[in-house]
Amino acid sequence: MSELDPTTLGVVQSGLQQVCNEMDLAFVRSAFSPVISEGLDRSDGIYAKEDGKLIAQGELGLPVFVGTMQFSTEHLIATRPEVREGDIFAVNDPYLGGTHLMDVRFAMPFFYKGAHFAWLSNTGHWPDTGGMVPGGFSARATEVVQEGLRFPPVKLYKEGTIDQEILSIILSNIRVPEQRIGDIKAQSSALLVGARRMTALLDKYGQPLVEQVIREMRARAARQMRAKIATIPDGTWHGLAQVDSDGVVNEPLTIDMRILVDGSEMHFDMSRSSPPCAGPMNSVAATTKSSIYLAIRHIFPDVPINAGSFEPLHITEPRGTFLHAEYPRPVSGCAAEVSQRIAEAVFDALAQAIPERLFAAPAGTSGNFAVGGSDPARGRDYVMYVISGGGYGGSPAGDGLTNGCSTIGISKSQPIEVMEQRYPVLFQEYSLHEGSGGAGRWRGGFGVTYACTLRRGAANASMVMDHGRSGPNGARGGAPGGVNTVDVIRADGSRYRPPHLSKDQEIALQPGDTVRVSTPGGGGYGAPFEREPAQVLRDVMRGYYTAAEAAERFGVVLAGDPPEVDEAATAARRQAAPASAA
Amino acid sequence: MSGAVVGVDVGGTFTDLILMEPESGAVRLAKVPSTPENQAAGVLAALEGADAALAEVAAIVHGTTVTTNALLERKLSRCGLITTRGFRDVLELGRRTRPNAYGLIGSFTPLIPRERRIEVPERMDAAGEVLVPLDEDAVREALAALQTAGCESLVIHFLHSYKNPAHEVRALEIARECWPDGHVTAGHAILSEFREYERGVAATVNACVQPILHRYLDRLQGRLGQRGYGRELLVIQGNGGSVSARSAAAKAVNTVLSGPASGVMAAAAIGRAAGSAHLITYDTGGTSADVGLVLEGVPAVSAEMELEHGMPIHVPMVDVHTVGAGGGSIARIDEAGLLQVGPESAGAQPGPICYGRGGERPTLTDANLILGRLDPEGLLAVDAPVAPDEVRAVFAAEIGAPLGFDADAAAAAVIRIANDRMAGAIRMATLARGHDPRDFVLFAFGGAGPMHAAALAGELGIPRVMIPARPGITSAVGCITADIRHDHVNTVNAPLAEVDMGTVRAILERQAGDGRATIAREEVAVGEVACLHTADMQFEGQTHLLTVPVEGPEVTREALQQAFEAAYWERFQVALDTIRPVLVNLHTAVIGARPTVPLAALAGAGRAATLEDALAGTRRAWFPAGWQETPVYDRDRLPAGARFEGPAIVQQSDCTSVVEPGDRASLDAIGNLILEVAR
Repeated sequence: MSELDPTTLGVVQSGLQQVCNEMDLAFVRSAFSPVISEGLDRSDGIYAKEDGKLIAQGELGLPVFVGTMQFSTEHLIATRPEVREGDIFAVNDPYLGGTHLMDVRFAMPFFYKGAHFAWLSNTGHWPDTGGMVPGGFSARATEVVQEGLRFPPVKLYKEGTIDQEILSIILSNIRVPEQRIGDIKAQSSALLVGARRMTALLDKYGQPLVEQVIREMRARAARQMRAKIATIPDGTWHGLAQVDSDGVVNEPLTIDMRILVDGSEMHFDMSRSSPPCAGPMNSVAATTKSSIYLAIRHIFPDVPINAGSFEPLHITEPRGTFLHAEYPRPVSGCAAEVSQRIAEAVFDALAQAIPERLFAAPAGTSGNFAVGGSDPARGRDYVMYVISGGGYGGSPAGDGLTNGCSTIGISKSQPIEVMEQRYPVLFQEYSLHEGSGGAGRWRGGFGVTYACTLRRGAANASMVMDHGRSGPNGARGGAPGGVNTVDVIRADGSRYRPPHLSKDQEIALQPGDTVRVSTPGGGGYGAPFEREPAQVLRDVMRGYYTAAEAAERFGVVLAGDPPEVDEAATAARRQAAPASAA
Repeated sequence: MSGAVVGVDVGGTFTDLILMEPESGAVRLAKVPSTPENQAAGVLAALEGADAALAEVAAIVHGTTVTTNALLERKLSRCGLITTRGFRDVLELGRRTRPNAYGLIGSFTPLIPRERRIEVPERMDAAGEVLVPLDEDAVREALAALQTAGCESLVIHFLHSYKNPAHEVRALEIARECWPDGHVTAGHAILSEFREYERGVAATVNACVQPILHRYLDRLQGRLGQRGYGRELLVIQGNGGSVSARSAAAKAVNTVLSGPASGVMAAAAIGRAAGSAHLITYDTGGTSADVGLVLEGVPAVSAEMELEHGMPIHVPMVDVHTVGAGGGSIARIDEAGLLQVGPESAGAQPGPICYGRGGERPTLTDANLILGRLDPEGLLAVDAPVAPDEVRAVFAAEIGAPLGFDADAAAAAVIRIANDRMAGAIRMATLARGHDPRDFVLFAFGGAGPMHAAALAGELGIPRVMIPARPGITSAVGCITADIRHDHVNTVNAPLAEVDMGTVRAILERQAGDGRATIAREEVAVGEVACLHTADMQFEGQTHLLTVPVEGPEVTREALQQAFEAAYWERFQVALDTIRPVLVNLHTAVIGARPTVPLAALAGAGRAATLEDALAGTRRAWFPAGWQETPVYDRDRLPAGARFEGPAIVQQSDCTSVVEPGDRASLDAIGNLILEVAR
């Protein structure tokens, strides 16, 4: 094979990327599940025929799926399946390269001129796969079998025809089955779109050239990642993150992340983390690894995603910890919550090594909240899902973003007006979580506060959130962000706060009861007493902080009406306390 | 020049003008530098340049970027918000998005800061029932507080006002009693659609730019009046139509994305006249390329545009997809050793190296110069000419050396990568709207579009390229071809089976009536007034919408059902007969036809008798097969019915078209250069 010219390399690379982007687009535009169509909770990619290694992945796929589909495809190949053109495998087994049961992976052997060339795979989050609670996020499951229907890799399509028997087993075990047909068709047709584009690409450039480009892209991504790692000082960097509880045992779980940076390689050791837990906050190996990949990508967003960029990242499988769950450990919280804590531990460690590139911890919870019940006015059952954002951490670039999406997601929240149209609820407020931005030279962004009142019929509320015990970490002397809180305010004025703070299920609601949720703010970056007093004054004028908080947390004393910075009192206060006190 | 129509379009670099006398077909053109600090100066200079006798002009139609620039630069009027208690932060919280999928650094600043957002007691539910009556005293207190805070414009934005606007209407009445200049916007009046963030942002954008547009148009109309223009100034809207200056400010948001719209409108008109109904429009200037679609001779319209992160503008706009690839796009080698072109741009300042304004980094325009596609003598806007060899040296050093290429190969690689990126963007923009690019004609314009169009068409499998007679002033042509247009949208959001068809009829009739009444008030000469009705539909449980045509207010349930199922099949090849369709929104576009202009006049006079006479010379130009001695034609002298085969270069004052080897070129009856792309 002749030397590959760099222009052709670039053109074919973008061609492969475009195959994935078109699959992403086809999937999202025709999906029924709002989690996919609005939440963009899906991903599409191309994987190597022999070993399932990632060749290219859609740019708008859900970040947490960055690595998982590669592992899923690897597991599928390990079963040595017989493949024919038109076959599509479906699998949602978390332990076989997955996340939680709701993330269903489809994998199609792609044939070019009659021979198997590569795998086209995608993942879509189904709104329900059965189990003890609608939506699958049970806070109290102790076995995966309680979380829903689990299927190993099965040939859902055989040579282009859907297997009605497998389909009927799936549809008989999930809620709202009629809409899943639409999603199954959307998910499989996205793969067919990919196959058409892939064929056109191979026709145009020829199979040998495309194969050469794939090899070259992988080598270059590895080189680029190594060049980035080489900028991190050598040494062992230690980060910590904590999950509030597993939902069953009310004890925090610790992620102990030790990153050994050695030249242009990184080694990740999580072996000192907490042991497997009883509740659903276990993470499967694929999710644990993906979370590290996605954290690194948030830090170095310009390195392209393919198997090459993962090569210099060496992850020791944390056997014996809750980050390496095995059957039958429950895992519903791994994709949405534990993954974000793992990323946070990576950020925490590297903020010490390369502070100029990092940021304080983001809110890092998906804020899953569900209310299920029966609406007497419409005579039908419903399940309402609310997701919410939180503050991002401050950084050398400025204050953190307010109400940013979860670290692992890219989905938009639902409009209040849509939820009130569809469900018997009334929102009393949807507002900025005042005071929640962690203090710092650059403060964290703010979380959200919402209050939702049940109007008709009885209902049950469940939630899987996090950071109720402690707020997201600050960096370089910045203070942590505000914590997540959940309160149920009964129609009679009495209150209930979940014992696990951020996780609970089957909270019985009556009409007039209100659930009030405040999500975490981001951590602050740099010493709070070094923040410009004028910025603190502006924040107080906007009601982000009270004057008392300005004095206590930022050392800025305000006086007068309208208030102004009392320079002398501020100087005195800032001198009296060490700048890093927070 | 009695009865002349003038189109004047303000772009980033130039203000372009076309004056046409419909009867004689006489055309005058002007191109003057834009004056961003006060666009009116450039407009008046252009009118002077064309020597227009304003007393005899029948209409001046103006495309302006005053509001777009104000938003992008955040030079906005001081605006305040009155909103439902508990919801003042909706505008700051958005939909929990972040600017980029990867990287957790980035910022978002709401258009109205928190201290100028005031809540009042009032609440509707989703059915439009009043849960908390409007506290009118609280509204008065809020108005006083916002006036004290120095607000110039005001937004009133209440939850569920799309369903029942009574509280917004009442608050608006109270505000009008005391608010100076009437710069008050109610959410439902801009966009009567559900989704509180998107509706609120549309209203806020409107309010923030309203005083700016109002003052600008007032001043301009006054200046034009002093020069003898007695008619109403018309202003181009993002929806593909125009309105009178007096109605423009009330819905100032409609002008926000009007810049790229007028080019698409011109393309539609020219395409219709030339018999090509389906076009992909490709408009490339210095920094970006705008891609739009024309279907059945009508610009495709979207109500899901976003100006920047967190600024959705969900009023109907000509659907234009912008990508960062233009003549000024900078080429560089990235960390992986790969050549990248754009999105970083040298813009107009410092510009490409060859402009001699201090640009030092290699750009796409420079690559075209090196490869003989651009004439170094014919460049517009050059300050101090730079020798092509100097440009070559930069390419050899910055691009060639790392890749192992000489300067020519480096320049060729830059063009290939840029074309590849552009083709990818065009493919995604068409596919995202459910179309196959191969079913379209590529309509290329703007200063740099026609240079790349043939190669792009080849890459995309598009069989035919159309380059209009005046590619550099196409947006100004869009001004004189635009009809008067007003759009109305109302939300229904109920399963089709349960919708009261009487309500559907009433909504469509009201929308049509409101539009006709507005046109009547504008006192602008229009011919026939037509109404285009459409419905946004989805299957129950979906969130994306499909827009289907609706014949008229008497539409039946069955007709809507069939139209939706057909559109769904067409788009996704999936039939879902067990799931119920939902009628989400009803739209009516009320269009008042403006007098048609003879587009053939654009081709101009002064044509040569034969093709040979139009030959300006030859020069060496690079094509994928290598350097070739290439004929250079003078576009303005090409004879009617001319036919020739590529390679060829066709030059005119502000634009160069490249005909790739093997492509067949011809001139159609109205002066369009048509390229049949070789397979």
